[in-house]
Amino acid sequence: MSTPFYVSPQQAMADRAEYARKGIARGRSLVVLQYADGIVFVGENPSRALHKFSEIYDRIGFAAAGKYNEYENLRIGGVRYADLRGYTYDRDDVTARGLANVYAQTLGTIFSSAGEKPYEVELVVAEVGESAEGDQIYRLPHDGSIVDEHGSVAVGGNAEQISTFLDQRHQDGMTLSEALKLAVQALSRDTNGSEREIPAERLEVAVLDRTRPQQRKFKRIAGRQLERLLTAEGAAEVSKAASEAVSDDTSSDSDSDGGSEA
Amino acid sequence: MEANSRGTGRLPAAFLTPGSSSFMDFLAEHQPEMLPGNRQLPPTQGVIEAPHGTTIVSVTFPGGVVLAGDRRATMGNVIAQRDIEKVFPADEYSAVGIAGTAGLAVEMVKLFQLELEHFEKVEGAQLSLEGKANRLSTMIRSNLGMAMQGLAVVPLFAGFDVDRAKGRIFSYDVTGGRSEEHGYAATGSGSVFARGAMKKLYRDDLTEDQATTLVVQALYDAADDDSATGGPDMARRIFPIVTVITEDGFRRLSEEESSAIARSILERRLEQPDGPRAALL
Repeated sequence: MSTPFYVSPQQAMADRAEYARKGIARGRSLVVLQYADGIVFVGENPSRALHKFSEIYDRIGFAAAGKYNEYENLRIGGVRYADLRGYTYDRDDVTARGLANVYAQTLGTIFSSAGEKPYEVELVVAEVGESAEGDQIYRLPHDGSIVDEHGSVAVGGNAEQISTFLDQRHQDGMTLSEALKLAVQALSRDTNGSEREIPAERLEVAVLDRTRPQQRKFKRIAGRQLERLLTAEGAAEVSKAASEAVSDDTSSDSDSDGGSEA
Repeated sequence: MEANSRGTGRLPAAFLTPGSSSFMDFLAEHQPEMLPGNRQLPPTQGVIEAPHGTTIVSVTFPGGVVLAGDRRATMGNVIAQRDIEKVFPADEYSAVGIAGTAGLAVEMVKLFQLELEHFEKVEGAQLSLEGKANRLSTMIRSNLGMAMQGLAVVPLFAGFDVDRAKGRIFSYDVTGGRSEEHGYAATGSGSVFARGAMKKLYRDDLTEDQATTLVVQALYDAADDDSATGGPDMARRIFPIVTVITEDGFRRLSEEESSAIARSILERRLEQPDGPRAALL
């Protein structure tokens, strides 16, 4: 055996980060937005069975971009963590912050341990509060850092471009229908700036709805309900407003009642 | 992977190991001491005194099932609690009512609820009603050691079977033996009397309202003859807990609804203390 070449720690980490980022970029992006009654998860997903979004606990949802088997593994770990914690203490003691910390530690340890390949995943952990101020959204990149987000967040390959688009247009107190349409518009934009159509059956949508009477606030939206929300009144105004200047889209679509249907 | 990483804040390896979708299986591997069935009891003389819950009744009707329970917990000849709750939602489409040692039963329900929820989250699909009933069976069996010392838990499980589109009832014995009941069922010390009442009143074409009235009638008869079962307590406004499970899911009757049923029954019983009469022939 020949002597191994020296690789500086900086270089090693940069290589690992690059490897993880490339893996994540292969998957499609997804977005998580706050709306008036909670938090909505929207992503393009041709599969009906392999979900990108799922319920972790009563008020906590999970979204992931990247390699399916790796994030599925983390998701189940999170469900086990939350259920065990809720069983040991109380259901109120399971929080998104706690879960995000555990995920961050897990991803961070894997990322920096030489023996393991870094996970090619980017996660979002969101918790819906009693009011919009209590909502929490954490983004967890592959290296185990945590970013505390507000309003909207995008993860995945095209995340930066989508985030910029959302940051300019997202407002507090949007109805579900408005938030959903904005999310779909953001996802329809390709890296080169052109737009394409995403049919409703290729969309995966879930919400954490604080107005839900049940203890468990997570709910999937599909089929007719999704179609209805996507075509609810105000659709034309939103797309018009989105293609024009940012300041225009405030009043015209605020009378849409899509949000109350969920 | 590191074997012992609990201290680092990272998810322990057991959490990320692919395995079964059962929370109880996960506990058994990761923290077996947390499972109620693994608790060791010191050798004791005679029966341990602990509050006991008593009568649970259930009736099916076309389109659903009703599960109800009285509110009394007794410890020997003492009423330990007047407003105990013994009927709980297990998940969206099923409910469990418990008779027996109250402390253990409530814990068992908590674990059972979690077991169903955990499976649903991990698999992305609900267990079949049969599967849920079997899971409860396993849990009762794991309590057998304590049941032998007088700390038995005997639940009644009712749910709406989404596949067959009808309400079903499962009853259990202390060893976990499970049997499906048709029409109506009862468990607990007052169950003998409740069953007698239901036998005379039950028809297979009841409406939901009739079914909820029937279970309260049966609980009244159980309380009438069994000292461990509590009747409606008008002075303290404590009424039986009545739950209905249909295609729309689990619903617990509000206090107004259950008090209205209890009041109308009580009024008629002032005239006719033994309740409604079935035809002789």
